[in-house]
Amino acid sequence: MKEIEKRIKPYDANFTTMVPTTFVKAMRTCVLWQIIRFIVINIKMLVVVRKSH
Amino acid sequence: MARVIVMGGGVSGHTAATFAKKWLGKDHEVVVVTPNARWNWIPSNIWVGVGEMTKDDVTFELAPVYHKAGIDYRQAKALGIHPEGGSTHGDKPYIVIEYTGQGKEGQKEELTYDYLINATGPKLNFAATPGLGDANGLGEFTVSVCTADHAEHANHELQKVFEKAKHSKQTVLIGTGHGMCTCQGAAFEYIFNVEHEAKKAGVRDNLDIKWISNESFLGDFGIGGLHMKRGGYAASSRLFAESLFSERGVNWTIGAAVTQVEKGKAHYEQLDGTTGVIDFDFAMLIPPFAGVGLKAIAKDGTDITDQMFAPNGFMKVDANYAAGAYENWKASDWPKTYQSTIADNVFAVGIAFAPPHPISKPMKSPSGRDIFPTPPRTGMPSGIIGKTVAHSICDKILKGKNAPLHEASMAHMGAACVASAGKGLTNGTAAALTVYPVVPDFETYPGLGRDLNYTFGEIGLAGHWIKHILHHMFLYKAKLNPGWTLIPE
Repeated sequence: MKEIEKRIKPYDANFTTMVPTTFVKAMRTCVLWQIIRFIVINIKMLVVVRKSH
Repeated sequence: MARVIVMGGGVSGHTAATFAKKWLGKDHEVVVVTPNARWNWIPSNIWVGVGEMTKDDVTFELAPVYHKAGIDYRQAKALGIHPEGGSTHGDKPYIVIEYTGQGKEGQKEELTYDYLINATGPKLNFAATPGLGDANGLGEFTVSVCTADHAEHANHELQKVFEKAKHSKQTVLIGTGHGMCTCQGAAFEYIFNVEHEAKKAGVRDNLDIKWISNESFLGDFGIGGLHMKRGGYAASSRLFAESLFSERGVNWTIGAAVTQVEKGKAHYEQLDGTTGVIDFDFAMLIPPFAGVGLKAIAKDGTDITDQMFAPNGFMKVDANYAAGAYENWKASDWPKTYQSTIADNVFAVGIAFAPPHPISKPMKSPSGRDIFPTPPRTGMPSGIIGKTVAHSICDKILKGKNAPLHEASMAHMGAACVASAGKGLTNGTAAALTVYPVVPDFETYPGLGRDLNYTFGEIGLAGHWIKHILHHMFLYKAKLNPGWTLIPE
């Protein structure tokens, strides 16, 4: 988070964007949480695929 | 015995040909005419472009697969369509092909057909931007990842820049190389793979990574952006994309048409009329697409190309090409059956069909230059359209000419997209997205144009695993291995 904050300069284009917190970034690579998300995303994608055929 | 000819062996053409042969069996003939000897799973070219995969990992020889399927494979390019017949064929329609392999290079041949599928894909129109490419298409000053060969070349050039970045600052420019490009998604995926690889190589601090694109806002992706549920809000893809660019320290220039490329310099013009130059040491800029330049000839020899094809070279089908201004656009403008407007037995699938209009709102700079993304027609929609057209043709052959055509409008079809960053199973992440429908339908879904229950996106390892699975699954399917029909497009 601190590393991202260091790159942001007031009134630059990236000053008005959302940036992920340390917690959000950690969850993106937390294997246990991502196994759950893997199942959820697969189900969501399969529903879209089914609706599209 | 009926003969179905499929011109083109990409995602859409290969899907159409293989399903047509499966459904028609040995009693009818399916011919594939494609200038390529190898099939390419294009989404994984991104990994080839950063050296995480080789060309052999993303391609395979077509001949043995078509031999196994009983498909007549001609390694040739199609030159022209004669939908009314002529020459020595009487009223029988035919195409003219020119071989590019199989020991017959340069030889021309006429092939008659009962049904024709145009799946010729795009011509990579590097010439539309001076300096963007040269005759061999690899790029004079810039590289591309549109084919496996291009991607290998891109990686070769990228590694040189990584080497230089060990000692000095280098600038990498990635995005679109013209005001009317599509495939922003490919460039988006590539830029974050380059960023990831730079970190791995320990040169990220010496690399200034910049994005340039013709999107009026980040996250447009040629589909007018999308919204997804996040934290109790319907959040725009703009927030999602800008967040990712900020997080990874990538600067962006948008609403920009690259007007000229010189060695190490990209000239651009923006929607507000601003012009500028970006200096670079490595640039991957996607070229605009055009039709492959097929000719259509009437029986009396008259050139009817302008009746069969739109000015950009894509084939006109059952779309509403008279919709006019953006305010008049409707989801129902988009084609459903992909049948040619002048020949009932000719269809166009994938990138080869002419869309009725863009999906993103058309915009011009004060000088009158068009700067907006053209509509994507790749991946999942491409495969579904190919299969649907094959179904229509097979019904007409097996059930009679009055069998109704099957429909697959992009306004009633979703798409799943996974954009990776990195390739390792535990250290990469990916943005997994689904959008439904691809073409926004503002009558059914007022305001946002899409169903929020089926449009979503998130970043994480899970999407990355899905990307790996898709790579292996679609190559398995394309090779027609056991159970291939069970894998959806």
